[in-house]
Amino acid sequence: MTLTVKDLTISRGGIPVLEGLNFTVEPGRALVLRGPNGVGKTTLLRTVAKLQPPVEGEVICAPDAIAYAAHSDGLKSTLTVSENLHFWADVFGTKGIDGALKGFDLEALADRAAGGLSAGQKRRLGLARLLVTGRPLWVLDEPTVSLDVASVEMFADTVRAHLKQGGSALIATHIDLGLGEDVDVLDVGPYRAKPGQGKGAFDGDFDEGFL
Amino acid sequence: MIALLVRDMRLAMRAGGGFGLGLAFFLIVTVLVPFGVGPESGLLAKIAPGILWLGALLACLLSLDRIFALDWEDGSLDLLATSPLPMEGVVSVKALAHWLTTGLPLCLAAPLFGLLLSLPEAGYLWLILSLVIGTPALSVIGTFGAALTVGLKRGGLLLSLLVLPLYVPTLIFGAEVARRGAEGLDTMTPLLMLGGITCGTIALLPFASALVLRVNLR
Repeated sequence: MTLTVKDLTISRGGIPVLEGLNFTVEPGRALVLRGPNGVGKTTLLRTVAKLQPPVEGEVICAPDAIAYAAHSDGLKSTLTVSENLHFWADVFGTKGIDGALKGFDLEALADRAAGGLSAGQKRRLGLARLLVTGRPLWVLDEPTVSLDVASVEMFADTVRAHLKQGGSALIATHIDLGLGEDVDVLDVGPYRAKPGQGKGAFDGDFDEGFL
Repeated sequence: MIALLVRDMRLAMRAGGGFGLGLAFFLIVTVLVPFGVGPESGLLAKIAPGILWLGALLACLLSLDRIFALDWEDGSLDLLATSPLPMEGVVSVKALAHWLTTGLPLCLAAPLFGLLLSLPEAGYLWLILSLVIGTPALSVIGTFGAALTVGLKRGGLLLSLLVLPLYVPTLIFGAEVARRGAEGLDTMTPLLMLGGITCGTIALLPFASALVLRVNLR
């Protein structure tokens, strides 16, 4: 389940943001993406998750390997915590949500409506979803937003356990998760696209600006 | 996919889910029409099939923007797009859930509302039959419109403008079945046309909806 990215150029709203990206994420490894706000980390993750097509280059990855977690957690506020998790477990065809509840200390909240949770608890539930997907490659966009120190540690433990089982992760984050030596760091700042150059420029495909 | 259907039904039933919204609107329209056109039962009986179909169509339209908007706002749509479910399956299930929460209750309540408009006796069977056959097309076409406008703030007006012309054939043939049935005429031709429209939309539009949804998610 190796993820390979070759000569990738990505665009947001028809304007190229990052170009010439090359990296590999091997099983058991995590790659942390860094870079200033607006540089295109989210766009890169969405491209890797195949939510949008690359302008140039390719993303090579098994089709059913990626579990994507974005800024918003995709929770339904009128469903309970366990109903939310059960739904995703059913969608991904996995059984049992106990491990996920336990991993993020949500057992006591299992019967509460997700709408009644605090921001940090919602985030924990959103991250617990990753455990019920059963997918090897986690693509995470700012996973630690609104988590307290203890919850960040909980999350880091989960990622470590996931890596130990041969999983891998691609994470955009600004904080140090303390994942030890299994982690590589890629600063995407230097890959910023030059405006008006290259094939991905706006004149390449005018329609893209409207799609 | 069954999980998605169960979730959508559950969400619709719970507080703020919008179940019954269409039904309430349908009720309001049929109750208000006699006030507007006068209580003369001969006139009401004449226009009842058309009014009932129009009411059902507008009630359907009312809940369309909820199909994808809520999932879009809380990010579930992105997550569904990266899940093992095929997008065509997702939009089909969404259309089915919309029909079960809007179209089906309308079909079941239509006889009662027909009574309010003094629909002739012979018309009830045909009214229900035409609604049962026609409303799935309304849900499927509406899902397509909702997929086109997902992500637009206040896309409701645009959605109505896009969808209403597409609803016209269903309305014409559906109301024609009900009218001819009520007058005791032969209903076979409009019924077949209505069935053809429904089958065609169910077969083709999910692919179009899935495609525009993928484009909109970029």
